Amino acid sequence: MRAGTRLGFVLLIAPLLLWLVLLIVIPHIDLALLSLRERVGVGEYAVSMANYRTFLDEPLYLWTFLRTAVMAVLATAITLVIGFPVSFYIAKIARGRVQSALFLLCLVPFWVSELVRTFGWMILLRETGLISGLLQWIGVADGPVEMLYNDAAMMVGLVYTSMLFMVVPLVTTLESLDDGIIEAGYDLGGSGPSVLREIIIPHAVPGIVAGSIVVFMLSLGNYLTPTMLGGKDSLWFTELIYSQFIVRFNWELGAAFGFLLLVLSSVIVWAMLRLTGQTLEKTMGSA
Amino acid sequence: MSAPDLECSALVKQFDGVTAVDDVSFTVPRGSFFSILGPSGCGKTTIMRMIAGFLEPTSGDIRIRGGSVIDVPPNKRNVNMVFQHLALFPMMNVADNIGYGLRRKRLPRAEIAHRVDAVLERIGLPGIGPRKVAELSGGQKQRVAIARCMVLEPDVLLLDEPLGALDLKLRERMKIELKALQADFGTTFVYITHDQSEALVMSDRIAVMNAGRFEQLGNARDLYYRPETAFVAGFVGDSNRWRGRVARVSGGIAEMQADDGLTLRAALRGVSAAGDRGEIFVRPELVLPGHGPTDLAGCDNSLSGEVTDILFNGAASRALLRCVETGTVLEMALPQSGRFAGLGRGDRVQVGWAADQAACFPERGTDAGIAGAG
Repeated sequence: MRAGTRLGFVLLIAPLLLWLVLLIVIPHIDLALLSLRERVGVGEYAVSMANYRTFLDEPLYLWTFLRTAVMAVLATAITLVIGFPVSFYIAKIARGRVQSALFLLCLVPFWVSELVRTFGWMILLRETGLISGLLQWIGVADGPVEMLYNDAAMMVGLVYTSMLFMVVPLVTTLESLDDGIIEAGYDLGGSGPSVLREIIIPHAVPGIVAGSIVVFMLSLGNYLTPTMLGGKDSLWFTELIYSQFIVRFNWELGAAFGFLLLVLSSVIVWAMLRLTGQTLEKTMGSA
Repeated sequence: MSAPDLECSALVKQFDGVTAVDDVSFTVPRGSFFSILGPSGCGKTTIMRMIAGFLEPTSGDIRIRGGSVIDVPPNKRNVNMVFQHLALFPMMNVADNIGYGLRRKRLPRAEIAHRVDAVLERIGLPGIGPRKVAELSGGQKQRVAIARCMVLEPDVLLLDEPLGALDLKLRERMKIELKALQADFGTTFVYITHDQSEALVMSDRIAVMNAGRFEQLGNARDLYYRPETAFVAGFVGDSNRWRGRVARVSGGIAEMQADDGLTLRAALRGVSAAGDRGEIFVRPELVLPGHGPTDLAGCDNSLSGEVTDILFNGAASRALLRCVETGTVLEMALPQSGRFAGLGRGDRVQVGWAADQAACFPERGTDAGIAGAG
């Protein structure tokens, strides 16, 4: 390689390396070291697995951890079930301006901050909110109905927040499916469900996996929605991390929690890829 | 006699007030190869999609083996289609592609495997079942797409310009192969194309379509030698063409004063009377060269021209002549074995043709859709 091209290469790669090292590698190394530290006296620390032991010994931590994982998977599944027909409509049925308009509608919620968006749901769902009022007005409910602060409200918020990230990769993959292939499916005797099962879904797998990974990670790491819409029982693992770091100043345990969350999301994403026979390169390439 | 495999009567399709198919009726007898030939946008694809069931006709009826299929969805019609881009399922291997329709019929697994093997044998590709679609060559994909339909034993197989994506050499080979496959299976084929040579080579009967209507329906010979309209004369095969005013009509022969100044005689087709505008078409291979007027004694038309170019193409070579008197350019077939094989640029040659080998039609309004030499 000539000196000139090498310099150019270094300059091009520098921002990427800086990004990786400063924002991802260094904090994680620090977090790892922090999580393996135990405070034995004032200003005195020893290397130990005590933080991880605490996690395993305390049922609340373990329970919240598992619950968060299950709920995030559930949120991803619901997003997929709602997002798939929406994406199919945008990619294959809507044409021209309707298509762009629908796509834009998926994007519009992201023009306001997540906080405001979540407040929007609170306005709708709270005891004195719109839906409660409507139910009373048409006579279905006798008194104010509280719909906030439970798992269902939290799920609604999570799905709403993640929808775009499911729709975008799905629309991209579905658009690449030739209409002729769908028509051939019908022509050769297929019915709606069999064409969906044998042709459309197999074609959309890379998009489904890509969207699901993004939505799953966003849901798992979400803090605001579970905090604002979820109730006392709908504790999210990120809330535990927050409270360790900010409320209790127990950075060691918080770091251990953070690491466990990283491991959890990696394991589930890996399992999802194995299950669908996809690779990370392939799915990310398609999205 | 049993009902024909396919019968369309007074078929009309309108899109937002635009008539794409205008009162088309035809019958395709069992086991024949029927082509619809027309320029793009003439409505041939619309007819095909109506037969397959993807479009609902505005009016008219489609009967398959005697039974009307209006209101029958595509997956319930015993008609299959080979799509323009073949539409093989990329997510399945060859055997699963072919077995797709059989699986929809809920046949037992062993039966499906047996039938898939049998049809692969028949198309001359035994043992490629486990291959991926992407690994096949263009010609193999073509045959697999046909096998995928034929395994279902349809009453009618529709083919929507399936050779369009192939290179020229392969296309020539596939034409012969397709015709052989059709004869072998004995299934009724309905083939649509804008490529006249595909239609002429393969079909038993051809309908030439223009602007939503059938211009002429007949076999390849009829269309080539006895075109009924100016459109067919211009669209099927190459032609030299003159426009002008009909000066005299006698005994089925029209004498036309062409706009470029020539006086030409041609067999009268259609309803031209003296004084009408007309168009004369002459096939390049019917233009005969000669050394002097005596050589061309039987010709009612003759002119002398200068060779401006030789388009060498083996047996299908052509010479371009510029008429000495008028400057009009005309095309002449130039056999490479005859007396004139040595003709070169700049040579003077006398050419002529008989009146009954040229055709005079009433002039059409527009030039749209004319392919070939003018």
